[in-house]
Amino acid sequence: MARITMREAISQALMEEMDRDPAVFILGEEVGVWGGTYAVTKGFYDKYGPERVKDTPIAENAIIGGAIGAAMVGQRPIAELMTINFGFSAMDYIVNQAPKLRYMFGGQFSVPMVIRAVGGGGRQLGATHSQTPDAIFAHFPGLVVVSPGTPADAKGLLKSAIRSNDPVLFLEHATMYQVRGEVPDGEYTIPLGKSTIQRPGKDLTIVTYCKGLELSMKAAEDLAKEGIEAEIVDLRTLRPLDMEPVLESFKKTNRAIVVEEGWKSYGVGAEIVSRIYEQAFDYVDAPILRVAQKEVPLPYNRNLEQAALPQVPDIIAAAKEVLK
Amino acid sequence: MAETIKMPKLGFDMAEGTLVRWVKNVGETINKGDVLAEIETDKATVEVESHADGVVLQHLVDAGTSVPVNNPIAIVGAEGEKVDSAPAAGGQPAPAAPAAAASSSAPTPAPVTQTAAPAATPAPAETGPVKASPLARKVARDRGVNLGSVVGTGPGGRIVRRDIESALKASPAPAVSPASAPIPVYETRTTQQPGDETIQTTKLRQAIGRRLVESKTTIPHFYVTHEYKMEALMDLRKQINGSLPDNEKISVNDFIVKAVALTLRQFPNLNASLSGTNIIRHGAVNVGVAVTVPGGLMTVVVKDTDQKPLRQISGEVKAMAARARDGKVKPEDVDGSTFSTSNLGMYDVDEFIAIINPPEAAILAISSAREVPVVSGGQVVPGWRMKATISVDHRISDGAEAAQFMQALAKYLEEPIRILV
Amino acid sequence: MDKENLIQMYYEMVLIRRLEERGAELYQQGKIGGFMHLYIGQEAVSTGLIAAREPRDRVITAYRDHGVAINCGISANEVMAELLGKSTGMSKGKGGSMHMADTSKNMWGGHAIVGGHLPIAAGFAIGDQYAGNDNITICMFGDGATNIGYFHEALNLAKTWNLRVLWVCENNQYGMGTAVDRASAVSEIRQKAEGYGMKNSRVDGMDVVKVHEAAAEALKYIRTEGKPYLLEIMTYRFRGHSMGDPERYRTQDEVKKWQEDDPIGIFRAYLAKKKIALGNDLDGIDAQVETEVQKAVEFAEASPEPGMDQLFADIYAEN
Repeated sequence: MARITMREAISQALMEEMDRDPAVFILGEEVGVWGGTYAVTKGFYDKYGPERVKDTPIAENAIIGGAIGAAMVGQRPIAELMTINFGFSAMDYIVNQAPKLRYMFGGQFSVPMVIRAVGGGGRQLGATHSQTPDAIFAHFPGLVVVSPGTPADAKGLLKSAIRSNDPVLFLEHATMYQVRGEVPDGEYTIPLGKSTIQRPGKDLTIVTYCKGLELSMKAAEDLAKEGIEAEIVDLRTLRPLDMEPVLESFKKTNRAIVVEEGWKSYGVGAEIVSRIYEQAFDYVDAPILRVAQKEVPLPYNRNLEQAALPQVPDIIAAAKEVLK
Repeated sequence: MAETIKMPKLGFDMAEGTLVRWVKNVGETINKGDVLAEIETDKATVEVESHADGVVLQHLVDAGTSVPVNNPIAIVGAEGEKVDSAPAAGGQPAPAAPAAAASSSAPTPAPVTQTAAPAATPAPAETGPVKASPLARKVARDRGVNLGSVVGTGPGGRIVRRDIESALKASPAPAVSPASAPIPVYETRTTQQPGDETIQTTKLRQAIGRRLVESKTTIPHFYVTHEYKMEALMDLRKQINGSLPDNEKISVNDFIVKAVALTLRQFPNLNASLSGTNIIRHGAVNVGVAVTVPGGLMTVVVKDTDQKPLRQISGEVKAMAARARDGKVKPEDVDGSTFSTSNLGMYDVDEFIAIINPPEAAILAISSAREVPVVSGGQVVPGWRMKATISVDHRISDGAEAAQFMQALAKYLEEPIRILV
Repeated sequence: MDKENLIQMYYEMVLIRRLEERGAELYQQGKIGGFMHLYIGQEAVSTGLIAAREPRDRVITAYRDHGVAINCGISANEVMAELLGKSTGMSKGKGGSMHMADTSKNMWGGHAIVGGHLPIAAGFAIGDQYAGNDNITICMFGDGATNIGYFHEALNLAKTWNLRVLWVCENNQYGMGTAVDRASAVSEIRQKAEGYGMKNSRVDGMDVVKVHEAAAEALKYIRTEGKPYLLEIMTYRFRGHSMGDPERYRTQDEVKKWQEDDPIGIFRAYLAKKKIALGNDLDGIDAQVETEVQKAVEFAEASPEPGMDQLFADIYAEN
């Protein structure tokens, strides 16, 4: 076990897979000479050369469309979107091409492509560069949407994503690259589409993922000091969604909150809560609450931005409310 | 004088039918006996005939509507004849809205009116204004706690699980009466797994489900199995069929159906139905034959089976089974059986038991006639044997009677010439 | 080109024409659903073009794809079955008229988002370049697709990265009902390639022989130079944009004038003049096609609907 950052974990996964499989290559804006705008691919250009680490024009349709095409003819491209906010420019490819090609042509096409994209607020980048629009992408059957919350999961999930024969959108969080965590030594993978318990507890269930996991773990520590033991379920993959650990936990605790960084309306929380009501109604002992972003475009000003984003005290307050 | 055509009852257990299609539109001339509409019941799609002459004056329900038996569906009368305003279309007439419900804007909260219930059975507390979490309701239901007697400590006085638990500690739980136990339902997997397929059950499947859950959970079944010597019957059948054209050949089952009918004549208590505390012994012997159809099974009925010659029984069963498989069964094909049989002989079955078709007293499950080693005069020799098991309602009959019936049946099956004379 | 190849081209053109005429009838009878875009009038374009490719060259096109499917060697049976949504269609009845593909024939699909398949075509060439082979991707699209951003991103990338793509603009003069000069800053589409420093040319698309020559030349350039090429092919569709097009944007006279230049008629005259095939021989082919199309209709109508198990099949490779 080594204690490394999220950035190092993602970097390691990319490098190990490029070493393992010559069909894997990276393309995107500033992934090569620059070393990646978040320095995830630092040193890759020198190690693998311009054929395997391709600097592209600022043209998201060409990046994702090109990656889809290369994947269809047998390569395993990893396309990097500088941020998920630029994914809207390539929306057709992410939601309307990649997830449809296998189905629409009767199973003839495979799109073994990974789109890595960073998202999230909290860095004072203003409204168009700070979004957490995960739920939008998770709406589409045919796409796999992954968003890890720990370095170990990031590494194991990214390796699985690269080996998967389905298109995978891999969402990282801009403020989590420095988060440290224990990562197993050597080769390992974590299966896509499996939620997991990140912290055991008995009093309530917190369902979350990615940045929400970091916040929820802190909130759980504070709650524990007051004798409240929260069980934290980390979704890790938003589509296909694995509800088993959520339902199992909820049937034990009967009370839950969902924590996400995106907006509350039509969000991940809405989906999880609906499914609990649909599948475990008789176990509900209190209304399930959601902790999410305020319904505003994220402002630049730091105080305003922090006020709009979900915070640890919000989670603690929601937890206490459902325990009433 | 205009006449109202009602949803006919096309089978003793039919509660409602779906009007699938109007065959005669408003304004069209119709004669008695003409087909007015097509109805889909639990069992089949059947045609509804007009019992009046005239013109279709009004359709009272839209195609696609499910209509309870005996509710009006159309009015037939003389051309131009005025008819009174139509009865409430569609299903049952909507109950008058309770006064309280209409006054939702009333300044003071209206008390919730309990629907009038027989004085002896108080309305369950859950239907009242009690605020309780779904989990609390479930625990209360399972443990027999009246929510009305529990004080809620959740937000706004909501009853939550801990309140039920406190209430239980305070007073020992009453025994759960079996009658109040929830009706068991199929446990479903919580999530659809990849590769799973969800299939909407057909009306027929649902009807089978309803009937047989009722049968298996309310009728005390007991079973008696008997093994029959079939050599003589097999020989006789071969002989008879030798002179018959292919499409008229007599099956083993035809013999059994007739034999059962003749035996039932001697056992009126098994040709019977339970009605409250009375047993109704039927005058006619109508043997039902279970037939596999797409999506389930149906029981076609040979009326007066004991009085019909074998060839006629055979022909009727063939024709009714064909109609059943094609979904064109007539109401009289499936109605009125007094005793049912189920034959899995063609599938090489050693032995099986069947569930009683309520309200009948018994059902006979017939397995394959097979050539097996039998002991005869101290020697092992080949012989034809067939097992059959009768399932009987213990509220009507007992083991000894059932065993005697099975023995009496052997007289016919083992000396089949008696079936013919 | 030898006689055999010329006759094959004639056969394919007639097959496309008759197949689509029957398709239109079946559409009107309600047996084909959704959108259906006919290729009638444009047969010489894909026929001449695809006859010039090597089997290893990939073809990708837009939604007007029945003809391309036939030229790539997909059977009339499969095309008709897909139109009828049957399980025996090449896309198992889940793609329909606009989504025909068969990777074993190197036909990578009809794609229905205008311009959407251009970056994907560039991606095929990225994949081939990465694999180190000299396969060419032939990417066909209409004049309308050259006004959308995808086109420009794809052409820019293809030239910058030296991708082996033959960009083929089938200029049939209308993007749906909007004439080229009402929608495009330059009505000579090939000029758009100039902005990317890409070699280009324009050819008469009603003459299959000319199309074939121009395509062969362009493919030779791409193969040897390792660079992309844009070929603009001038053509005209005799039918509406899709079934049920009221055609208010053009006159009957205009359509009639173009129909005088029927690509099949032009090719028949060419074959007779060059003494390659006489009218009688060609009539024999016509009759053979008639039978083949009839059989395709019978095959498609007799084919089973896709089973309900197909509803959830092929969403993901890994479940």
